[in-house]
Amino acid sequence: MTTVPTEAGSPKRRLGDLVFANTTRAAGVMILVALAGVAVFLTAEGLPGLGAHAQDLKGHANFLSYVAPLVFGTLLAAVIALAIAVPLALGVALSVSHYAPKSIAVVIGYLVDLLAAVPSVVYGLWGIGFLGPRLVPVYGWLADHLGFIPLFAGPASNTGRTILTASVVLAIMILPIITAISREIFVQTPRLNEEAALALGATRWEMIRLAVLPYGRSGIVSAAMLGLGRALGETMAVAMVLSASGVVTWNLISSTNPSTIAANVALTFQDATGLQRNALIASGLVLFVITFAVNFAARAIIERNDPGKAR
Amino acid sequence: MTDLATPPQEHTHVPLQHPRLPGFATLLAAVVATAAAALLGLTLGWNLSGIVVLAIVLHLAGLTIWSRAVENARAATDRLMTSLVWVALLIAMIPLVSLVWKVVAEGAPAINGKFLTWSMRNVIGEPGGIYHAIVGTLLITLAATVISVPIGLLSAIYLVEYGDTSTLARWIRFLVDVMTGIPSIVAGLFAYALFSLLFGPGTQMGLGGGVALSLLMVPIVVRSAEEMLKLVPADLREASYALGVPKWRTIVKVVLPTAMAGIITGVTLAIARVIGETAPLLIICGSTDSVNFNLFGGQMASLPVFIYSSYTQPGSNPEILKSMAWGAALILIIIVLALNLVARVAGKFFAPKTGR
Repeated sequence: MTTVPTEAGSPKRRLGDLVFANTTRAAGVMILVALAGVAVFLTAEGLPGLGAHAQDLKGHANFLSYVAPLVFGTLLAAVIALAIAVPLALGVALSVSHYAPKSIAVVIGYLVDLLAAVPSVVYGLWGIGFLGPRLVPVYGWLADHLGFIPLFAGPASNTGRTILTASVVLAIMILPIITAISREIFVQTPRLNEEAALALGATRWEMIRLAVLPYGRSGIVSAAMLGLGRALGETMAVAMVLSASGVVTWNLISSTNPSTIAANVALTFQDATGLQRNALIASGLVLFVITFAVNFAARAIIERNDPGKAR
Repeated sequence: MTDLATPPQEHTHVPLQHPRLPGFATLLAAVVATAAAALLGLTLGWNLSGIVVLAIVLHLAGLTIWSRAVENARAATDRLMTSLVWVALLIAMIPLVSLVWKVVAEGAPAINGKFLTWSMRNVIGEPGGIYHAIVGTLLITLAATVISVPIGLLSAIYLVEYGDTSTLARWIRFLVDVMTGIPSIVAGLFAYALFSLLFGPGTQMGLGGGVALSLLMVPIVVRSAEEMLKLVPADLREASYALGVPKWRTIVKVVLPTAMAGIITGVTLAIARVIGETAPLLIICGSTDSVNFNLFGGQMASLPVFIYSSYTQPGSNPEILKSMAWGAALILIIIVLALNLVARVAGKFFAPKTGR
């Protein structure tokens, strides 16, 4: 937009300009190099871990059987968190964009920002010291009355440090980003579409269902995927809240829970030695690949459907 | 003689409007539902949260059924969804309120002069302090800021002033967005792998924490600085070019000062984001009980890691260390909130005096 004319006749580019332009370009390229470096260094340090044997892998025969339960736990916790967070986040986003009066909407926006500002370790502290104990009676009730569903088979944990608690904490942590992105999309709904729906006699909810939600669909999908990416990689809250035993189970409320990749690294890295650390780095590489793919897809959807660019 | 004024008796009444619930219907339903839930809950001996859940369910059901009876099905759905939106907001706010309340209630008693000025070195069986952790957090965050602000700012300048729509710029923009989603623990593992290759296996030092945090911080700085630079009016640049000022001096002397307020806000928010990161520091910085001012050697404590290790591995005095963990959490939250506040104030303070 601000290209300097460089055709013949114009003065030759000054030295300062050349230096400055190339410095900024180098900085930009450096970011790409750093990103590539993450993959390269994790691979370099993780590769030896792929050949680790049972004594370095907590008794698992090879790396694959070591990382598979962790991947399962990571996906399970993240998907439950997403299932809890998305409806809430859409509700909050709609309340800001279409329900609340302007002054209240600003306050809600601040509060959601505050929710995003709380460090993850404090969420972990809150989850283990406040939320967990309070969910114990709920888990007892679920095990007694809904025990026929495999998810709530029980026996209920009596510390509350279950994968469901971890997912609830994760849900709270990813709520702000899903809210922020969907709110941005909802606000951009063309005013004419909304007013046309209202003029045809639609109630406010029908207007939202007919005009706002279809317009924001791809935005909601990518917001949810970004939230999923966060939930997959979130470490401390899970490491602190979950009492993990690394099993594969669908039982959400018992005291034996699957662990997640990130939490497993955080919990065992300090005491690990030699090849164990390499194996942990390799599991980190797996996590990096998964989250990178999820984030890449989410950003690609946003890029493709950016309403600002389409019109 | 006024016969014509009397309406014909046989005229059927066609209402122009559907019957509507009165304006206070929502409030009335809420009051009735709360009263009923409280009555039922108290007689059955439920606790407060049970009563609140019951009240919300009664309110949703009552209002919907009432609306369906008086108005129509569509209006009832509308009322139900409106209530659900507000309930979602209410549920989302519960964690925030309870978290702040819990941290203040548990953390405030732990904080005193000793807590802020002592380290944990040779402290056994009595509350020590978190001075070493505060020092570590500040130094590591400073290192991260020193690394990421120049890179982030220069990249943003490239994206806005030079790259614009070139392929390289579009890829940088896209991958920076993707980078915002890198899990913090992966950043920690990256720094650990990098430092293991550079300085020998198992190296742990404060600078590594700075590198790991800067990987998380650069994308935030780039995106916020880019947004701010884009807001600088093209008129200003063109006026400067017209006076014969070289492009780089235009950027340094005109564009950057104009955008400075927003950039400072963005950097401060980015610092607030990474100062609470735990996972990377756990891996690359380790933890220690002593004060360590040297970023280039030895393990370094930090507030988040202190909170984590004191609460989960409290050793022989769990009560004391757990209460210290809450105290440190309160300090950490205060720092983060203060940074957020500073960001907003700085944005106003450094705003260019436009004279408009």
